[in-house]
Amino acid sequence: MNPEILETKLDDYKKLVESLKSDGFEMMVDLTVVDWFRKKEPRFEIIVQLLSTIHNARKTIKVFVNDEDLTIPSITDIYPSANFYEREAYDMFGIIFADHPDLTRILMPDDWQGYPLRKNYGSGRIPVQFKNAPKVD
Amino acid sequence: MYTPDNIFTTTIDKAVRWSRTQSMWPVTFGLACCAIEMMAAGSAKYDLARYGMEVFRASPRQADLMIVAGRVSQKMAPVLRQVYDQMADPKWVIAMGACSSTGGMFNNYALVQGVDHIVPVDIYVPGCPPGPQSLMHGILTLHDKIMDGEINR
Amino acid sequence: MKSKDTRKTGFDKFKNILDFWATNSEEGGWNISSTDEGSQKMLEEESDKQVKIQTGSDVVDDFIIDEDTSDDERMIVNMGPQHPSTHGVLRLQAELEGEVVRRVKPIIGYLHTGMEKTGEELNYFQGPTNTTRMDYLSPLFNELVFSLTTEKLIGIEVPERAKTIRILMTELNRISSHLVALATGGMDIGALSMMIFGFRERELILNFFEKTTGLRMNHNYIRPGGVAADLPDGWQKDIKEILKVIPEKLQDYDDMLLDNPIWKGRLKNVGILTTEECFAYGVTGPSLRASGYEWDLRKSQPYSDIENYDFEIPVLNEGDVFARWRVKVLEIFESLKIVEQAMEKMPKGPYKVQDKKITPPPRKRLDESMEALIHHFKIYTEGFKVPEGDAYVAIESPRGELGCYIVSDGSSKPYRMHVRGPSFCNLQALPVIMTDSPIADAVAAIASLDPVIGDVDR
Repeated sequence: MNPEILETKLDDYKKLVESLKSDGFEMMVDLTVVDWFRKKEPRFEIIVQLLSTIHNARKTIKVFVNDEDLTIPSITDIYPSANFYEREAYDMFGIIFADHPDLTRILMPDDWQGYPLRKNYGSGRIPVQFKNAPKVD
Repeated sequence: MYTPDNIFTTTIDKAVRWSRTQSMWPVTFGLACCAIEMMAAGSAKYDLARYGMEVFRASPRQADLMIVAGRVSQKMAPVLRQVYDQMADPKWVIAMGACSSTGGMFNNYALVQGVDHIVPVDIYVPGCPPGPQSLMHGILTLHDKIMDGEINR
Repeated sequence: MKSKDTRKTGFDKFKNILDFWATNSEEGGWNISSTDEGSQKMLEEESDKQVKIQTGSDVVDDFIIDEDTSDDERMIVNMGPQHPSTHGVLRLQAELEGEVVRRVKPIIGYLHTGMEKTGEELNYFQGPTNTTRMDYLSPLFNELVFSLTTEKLIGIEVPERAKTIRILMTELNRISSHLVALATGGMDIGALSMMIFGFRERELILNFFEKTTGLRMNHNYIRPGGVAADLPDGWQKDIKEILKVIPEKLQDYDDMLLDNPIWKGRLKNVGILTTEECFAYGVTGPSLRASGYEWDLRKSQPYSDIENYDFEIPVLNEGDVFARWRVKVLEIFESLKIVEQAMEKMPKGPYKVQDKKITPPPRKRLDESMEALIHHFKIYTEGFKVPEGDAYVAIESPRGELGCYIVSDGSSKPYRMHVRGPSFCNLQALPVIMTDSPIADAVAAIASLDPVIGDVDR
C-alpha cells in the first residue's frame, strides 16, 4: 500500500494534521526525522505517518525544519501517541517541539551531550585493539 | 535404608568450595535477547535445577551469581554496578553473549563495550545469543574455577 | 509516607552514592556518569491544562487527582529497571495513594543500543543482521519488514517459493512469540506452570528454526531478495509434528486456565483499554483486537501474498487483560492454519530472486567461474546499490504494526533507517491502563501489553 505523500510548510503543518484527523485518520503511527546535513537546505525533514483504519489508507506528511530555528509545533494535543515519538526526535536530533508537555530525553541518559542520530555526530566506534593481550602459544 | 555412622575427612577449603558450587543462586539480570535464552535454560527442557540453581532471585542480597544477559547501555551501567555492589560476598559474574562480553556487533555510542569495564567478570560465554547449552557450559566452568580456586577471594 | 522535602533529600543521597560508585570503582576505572535522578522525577502536581494535553482531547481524563487528599498520603514508588516482572529493563515511576496507583510514568531507554545509527553503517545486505536483534522475540518479522522495504525501493518481486517460506517462518515465529508472551504473563500473575509449558512448546519451534536457519534466535534468514537458505530436508515432518503437538498443548492450557477462578479473578475487568484509547495512543495488534476492533494488517494491507490464505481474525470485546490473553491464544490457532496451508501449497522453484546484482552466486559456482567469484566478493563487501527514494512498509508483527522507513541516497547503505516498533507505541498506553487500579494489577497490565524492551529502545 503506497502512502500518499503530502509536503507542507512549517506554518501549515499543524492545521494539516488537524484537518487529516477530522478526515478520519485516527491513528498516528510514526514520527521520525531525517538529517540532510550539507545535502539539503532546510536541514531536518520530519516525517509523520498517519493511518486511517476506516478508509484503510495511509498518509505521509513531510515538513522541513531549519537548522537555526529548530522549533516545530507539537501535535500531542491532536494525537497523544506523538508524545514518545516527539521526545525521541528531541533526544536523537534536538528538534524542539513547542508546547510538548514533557520534552525531556527519553532514550539517552539525561546528562548526555549532543544528539546521536545527527549526521555530524560520530558513531562512537571504539577501535578494537589487542595490544596488551597475553600471548597464546 | 540403614546407613551406619560414618566419618570422612576433608579440608575446610574443599567443603566450602563444594558447598558454594552446589547451591549457586543467580540474580535475575536479564537485559535483552540472552535473557530469553537464560529463561529457556531455566525451564523444562534444559532444567537448570540439576545444578542447584533453579531459584532466580529477584533481590541481589540473596544471590551469589550475576548472569549479565544482554547488551549493557550507558544508561544501564550505573544500575548494573549498583546491583553488583548490593550482592553479598562471595559473588561471581558471568558475561553472557557477545554484547555483554565485548559490545558485540554494536560498536557505537550507546553501549558499554564489554561489561568488564564496570564489574569484574569470571566467565565469558560466547554466542549471539548463546544457547542454553553454552550457558550451562559456562556455569559448569565457573564451578570448576571455584573448586580450583581460593576460598577468600 | 515521606513528606516532599525528605523525598528530595532521599534522591540527592542516592545520587551521591551513585557518584561514589562511579568514581571510586576499582575495577576497570570506568567513569560512569550517573543518570540525573532529579530531572526524571515527576512533577508534583499537574495543572488541568497539562492533563488535558497529556491525555488528548478525545480521551476521557484518566488522571483523576483528588484535591482533598494532602500530599503526605502520596508515595512515589520506583519499579525497575531491574525488576522481575517488568519484562526487561522497563522502569516505572508510580505515584501511589495507599494501594491505588494514581499516576504512572514509564521511563525507557535502559536498553538503547543505537541500532538506527548502526543501520546507517551497514549495507542493505548486512541490514537484517542489525534489525533482527530489535524485537528479539519475533526476529523474523524485523528481517521481513526490512527486506520488504528494501525490495520496494529497488522495485523487485521475490519468487513464489520465497514468499511462501517467509509466510511459513513468520507465522511459526508468531506462535513462538505468543507462547513466550503467555508463559511470561503466566509467571507474572503466579501461574508458574504456564511458564514451564510455554517454554517447552517453544522449544519445538526453535528446533525447527535452528535446523533451517542455523540459530535459535536472531536468525538473519530473511534477506532482501529472498531467504538465505532453502528449507532443510524432511521439513514437512517437523511441521507436521508442530501442527500435531501445539493444539494439544493449547488444549492443556485451556483446561488449566480457562475456567480457573483465580486466573479469571486476576484478569477479568482488569486493565481495560477501549478502542478510542487504542487509537489515541497508537496501540495496535492483539491489544487493539481485544478491545473489539477488527484491524489486522494481514487482511487489510497484505504483504507477501498473505491474502491468499484462509484464516480468521479473532476479535474480543472486553478490552481487559483476560481478552488480551485470550486473543493471543486464539491467534496461535489461526497461525497454525496458515502454517498448514503454506506447507501444503509450498511451490517449487528458486528461493532467491534471480538477479545477479542482488543475489550472490551459489557456493558451488565459485570454484568454476571467475565472474561468480568477483560477483560474490562485490556483493559481500560492497553490497548492492539501491535507487534514491524513501519507503515506509508496515507488517503485522505479534505485537502490532511493525514499520520500517528507509531513506536511500543511491548508495549501498541506507541514508536513514528507522523502525517503528509496536512496543514503543503500545507502552504509551500503560499509564491509561494502570491509573486508578491497585498496584497488584499493574503486573498483569504490563504482562498483557507484552512489551519487548529491545523493540522499545532499539
